[in-house]
Amino acid sequence: METGAQNTADISHLVTQFKAVPGGLLPLLHAIQAELGYVPDSVVPSIATGLNLSRAEVHGVISFYHDFKTHPVGRNTVQICRAEACQSMGSRSLEAHAKETLGIDYHQTTADGSITLQEVFCLGNCACSPSVRINNDVFARVDQDRFDELVANIRGEVEIK
Amino acid sequence: MKFFIPKDTTALALGAESVAMALQAAGAEPVRNGSRGMFWLEPLLEVETDLGRIGFGPVSSKDVPGILDALKAEPSSHNLYLGPVNEISFLSSQQRLTYARAGVGDPVCLDNYQTLNGFKGLKNALSFTGQQIVDQVKDSGLRGRGGAAFPAGIKWQTVLDCESEQKYIVCNADEGDSGTFADRLVMESDPYQLIEGMCIAGLAVGATQGYIYLRSEYPVAHKLLNIAIDRALEANFLGDNIQGSGKTFHLEVRLGAGAYICGEETSLLESLEGKRGMVRAKPPLPAIEGLFGKPTVVNNVLTLAAISSILEQGAEVYQNFGMGRSRGTLAIQLAGNIKRGGLIELAFGVTLREVVEDYGQGTYSGRPIRAIQVGGPLGAFLPESQWDTPMDYEAFAAINAMIGHGGIVVFDDTADMAAQARFAMEFCVLESCGKCTPCRIGSVRGVEVIDRIVANEDRDNNLILLHDLCDTMELGSLCAMGGMTPFPVRSALTHFKSDFTGQGRGDN
Repeated sequence: METGAQNTADISHLVTQFKAVPGGLLPLLHAIQAELGYVPDSVVPSIATGLNLSRAEVHGVISFYHDFKTHPVGRNTVQICRAEACQSMGSRSLEAHAKETLGIDYHQTTADGSITLQEVFCLGNCACSPSVRINNDVFARVDQDRFDELVANIRGEVEIK
Repeated sequence: MKFFIPKDTTALALGAESVAMALQAAGAEPVRNGSRGMFWLEPLLEVETDLGRIGFGPVSSKDVPGILDALKAEPSSHNLYLGPVNEISFLSSQQRLTYARAGVGDPVCLDNYQTLNGFKGLKNALSFTGQQIVDQVKDSGLRGRGGAAFPAGIKWQTVLDCESEQKYIVCNADEGDSGTFADRLVMESDPYQLIEGMCIAGLAVGATQGYIYLRSEYPVAHKLLNIAIDRALEANFLGDNIQGSGKTFHLEVRLGAGAYICGEETSLLESLEGKRGMVRAKPPLPAIEGLFGKPTVVNNVLTLAAISSILEQGAEVYQNFGMGRSRGTLAIQLAGNIKRGGLIELAFGVTLREVVEDYGQGTYSGRPIRAIQVGGPLGAFLPESQWDTPMDYEAFAAINAMIGHGGIVVFDDTADMAAQARFAMEFCVLESCGKCTPCRIGSVRGVEVIDRIVANEDRDNNLILLHDLCDTMELGSLCAMGGMTPFPVRSALTHFKSDFTGQGRGDN
């Protein structure tokens, strides 16, 4: 199942950086994901060895947290808030619209590799719902038209302000 | 003329960056301040003039040239003119202690913070013994603002009384409840206040290391906190030999990874230790055996932020706000389907109706309000008959509701409360840590039973079953996740039963 890229991923510099940090596994996993885009299965043994944990423990932590991805994701991550404040402002129909127009469900990536769609529970922007996060930017009052505009923008189809 | 345009998450999400760029293009370099929490006016452009700070909002980049023209002649002629910002009634009627500095200046500017009385509490604390600081906190009546409302001073006393070579201060900044943004606003608009509060906590109980456990959904707060910590360290308000006192306190931000349950304090500690966020059984209390098994103060952002003003102004000032056993101010977060949403800091005791009608001015959609959820995804849905309840921990507990972290989510009359009850169970399925059966399995069964009720499959028996399941979750779960998921479910069943049975929309 593993690709060549996974097998060659070298994270030893990150393991060295975090192995002496108290409770360093989460910061290490974040750092690996920031560098590789996800946490491939192939790096689990070196994390385990470096932090003196079992592979099962490392796997258990990776699988517990929604943030950690074990497979490659698209060039952009689009998160739609599904929490109550956004629901009260129509996020349920926004979710349906997003899935339909992108042709994917949550945790899937569009065929062109540009977008991975994810759910998120609260971006702390609840007074101006519905909220969408694209990579590290949050957008407020996102209706269907605004969503289409944001998607077209990250795909490089249009420039928006 | 000095211009201010915020750089907090909500202002940025509404286009503050392009407003800042338009100002720069016109030769006006704006100060990037924090938000004042009047989110319905964001992006709120403020201008320092002879008349004081005047506001325009909500502003988009294309409004900038017109505003600059109006400023040369008559500012009030512009249709987005709001007058002096301090006189906007949404703000002027509040009792701001924690948020007094929010939005005034650049949140990571140390000089600005100190000009606005910052670090005075810390300087006072440096002249006190640990016990004297703890006594101040006890006298203030401050209760934990995360949701459980446990008296902060008693928790601190427990940690102070523990003999240990290492103790910790942990700030719970895993603000996961929908409808809440009070912690975010502190961290993005006034981060030094939190840093100061944590440093004081360290001095009080004898802890030399602090961690802010921040949710990964807050990238802006993450960036600003790290800048603020670096600057505080450089100016020796953190680190070794703080201000020549010989005292030490180090502080680090740790990022969560998208697990709601890590807002539960023992799950948070497990996560900080680098493990799965599995809830621990209590006892032992974290105050006695917390992070890495050492005595640990775990407090919410707002609790720790309040410490700096208590130590600055004295316990009595804080104690003088509020009602009954709920002392001080409450950071109310008005959100969801609301015309004027934002942060409202008031003494305890204001009614829910006053908040949604006077401050909120009704729904964003213009339709009637149907239900209000207070206290996040584990809080009850309140029908109109309960909106006159004063916002006080005990008054809410008396109607089987909770104030929690102070989040208010408003729903208009298009809301389907059976769907909301189902969502409460579904959320518990997704976010349960899985340690205890009532929460892990009960929530799955809850979704199924609600589906059967709505589909009219053996409805009467399934309604009995749902109540029975709620009892099991409430009484048998290890923590509030499973234990309180029944609150929104039961309140929807009690007050909006017709949504489950399809018998018209008459609320009961």
